[in-house]
Amino acid sequence: MSALTRRRLLVASAATLAATALAGPARAEAPMPVVATFSILGDLVARVGGDRVAVTTLVGPGGDAHVFQPKPADAQRLAAAEAIFVNGLGFEGWIDRLVASSGTRAPVVVASKGVTPIPAADEDAGHDHGGHDHGAADPHAWQSVANVKLYVAAIRDGLASVDPAGRASYEANASAFLAELDGLETEVRAAISAVPAARRRVITSHDAFGYFAAAYGVEFLAPQGISTDAEPTAKGVAKLIAQIRREKIRAVFVESMADPRLVRRIAQETGVSLGGEIFSDSLSPKGGPASTYVDMVRHNVRLLTAAMVDS
Amino acid sequence: MTLHELLIAPFADFEFMRRALVGAVALAIASAPVGVMLMLRRMSLTGDAMSHAILPGAAIGYLISGLSLTAMTLGGLVAGVVVAVSAGAVARASRLGEDVSLAAFYLASLALGVTIVSLKGSNVDLLHVLFGSVLALDDDALVLIAGIATMTLLAMAAIFRPLVIDSIDPTFLRAVGGRTGAATHLVFMGLVVLNLVGGFHALGTLMAVGLMMLPAAAARLWVDDLTALVTTATAIGAVSAVAGLLASYHLGLPAGPAIVLTAGGVWFASLIVGRRGLLAGRLGVRHLEA
Repeated sequence: MSALTRRRLLVASAATLAATALAGPARAEAPMPVVATFSILGDLVARVGGDRVAVTTLVGPGGDAHVFQPKPADAQRLAAAEAIFVNGLGFEGWIDRLVASSGTRAPVVVASKGVTPIPAADEDAGHDHGGHDHGAADPHAWQSVANVKLYVAAIRDGLASVDPAGRASYEANASAFLAELDGLETEVRAAISAVPAARRRVITSHDAFGYFAAAYGVEFLAPQGISTDAEPTAKGVAKLIAQIRREKIRAVFVESMADPRLVRRIAQETGVSLGGEIFSDSLSPKGGPASTYVDMVRHNVRLLTAAMVDS
Repeated sequence: MTLHELLIAPFADFEFMRRALVGAVALAIASAPVGVMLMLRRMSLTGDAMSHAILPGAAIGYLISGLSLTAMTLGGLVAGVVVAVSAGAVARASRLGEDVSLAAFYLASLALGVTIVSLKGSNVDLLHVLFGSVLALDDDALVLIAGIATMTLLAMAAIFRPLVIDSIDPTFLRAVGGRTGAATHLVFMGLVVLNLVGGFHALGTLMAVGLMMLPAAAARLWVDDLTALVTTATAIGAVSAVAGLLASYHLGLPAGPAIVLTAGGVWFASLIVGRRGLLAGRLGVRHLEA
């Protein structure tokens, strides 16, 4: 945890104290403490909330929300928060218990509630799940910019309902952000359509790009299951290598947290190029190539198209 | 499915399978004699304890420089040797036995590792660190495993005699050899750590112990003679490695667990039908002495 987060926490507790003492009006002075479960969502909430909210994220940049282990401090953050933003779709399996045990009375806002879920990658997609169950929906909805516009709307409404005084401000921030996202969507579509359709095939070590694939027409193949906690099998790896050879796939990507050793091995064995690090479930730390949502999408698309065109 | 498709094709078609084969078999060959000696010295659970002890060192190495072979190996080695040497020293200097000091040290070491990882804040998926992947062995990892296997076999050959005597009659060794017993023990513990560190790139720390102890336990159910024990255990380990990989390939099982499960299966079968197993004893096929 960075010093920044710690400072935010201090600000957050100070804000709660102030709010309790002065009951209401003080909120206009100190930012309202809210919690987002992971870094990408935290960035979205911060954009919509602006100066009026102080966002704390439970799973920071580079962390893996699939295997997150809550600490007592995380329960304290929830208890101090005025609103809790979660992705939903089963992404944060641990959040319900954490909310219950923290005793918080803050409303839980499900950012993905307007999204039409797509089913999680199925068994025939070149890997086996080893018997574990993720439920039906793919939770990584933010990989489609159109979905994130729905996230922004949900966040705006969620913030306005806990802080009605700030409604105008949240609406202004949200519409500015939505306009930026429209631009981003156009940009992504233009970049992808510049790649011949037959070349839009890449491999990543974590099958988290189902929504991206559906929205922009890029095919993603993975050596491992949809979650980072599946152990690879020789059968799955062999199937994938055979597939790369058969379909002449040229680009392989290592994601920010899946086991990169396996991807390197497959790349070496098939002669495909390693496209670099694309981000799926978390932002990069401050100063990295993907420290905000918009930067993350730009970074991913730049790397993806470069690798696909190159081949 | 022809015999060729069943046994040869997986390795002929895929380089990662050939690498996994070399790594796993080298590891099995080196670990089995170490496991036999651990069993002989009534230290069968020591490997398990040590595998926890090297874990924080490897995790620290991972935090400092990512999935770097050098950093994780060095970290694991240092942590393992520190715990082994300290446990031995405490056992000699205090009233605590070696087993309880080892337990105390490895538990503290494990807790320290977990603490360091979570203090650092990034919630790295430790499972990836702890369960290495036999399917992803690169050149460096293979050289490391081969080097460790060579070193282990040479060192075992050199200390075999004093080690056996120390296991069976430590007082005799103390009478004729002075401190030879303690020195031998230390070298041996070093080999245990070395094999676990080598094993954790291929199978992960916890699985590496399986390839060490299960073949030894299975061999004990077939033969009595020490030389036969070592060769049988080595053969069982190597066969389990190959069979486990093939099971992972044909049945789609995770590779590391498949290898250890195969060794476990061999052990269980030996327990039932082995020459020194349950059936043989029950049926009185052979009258056992002692």
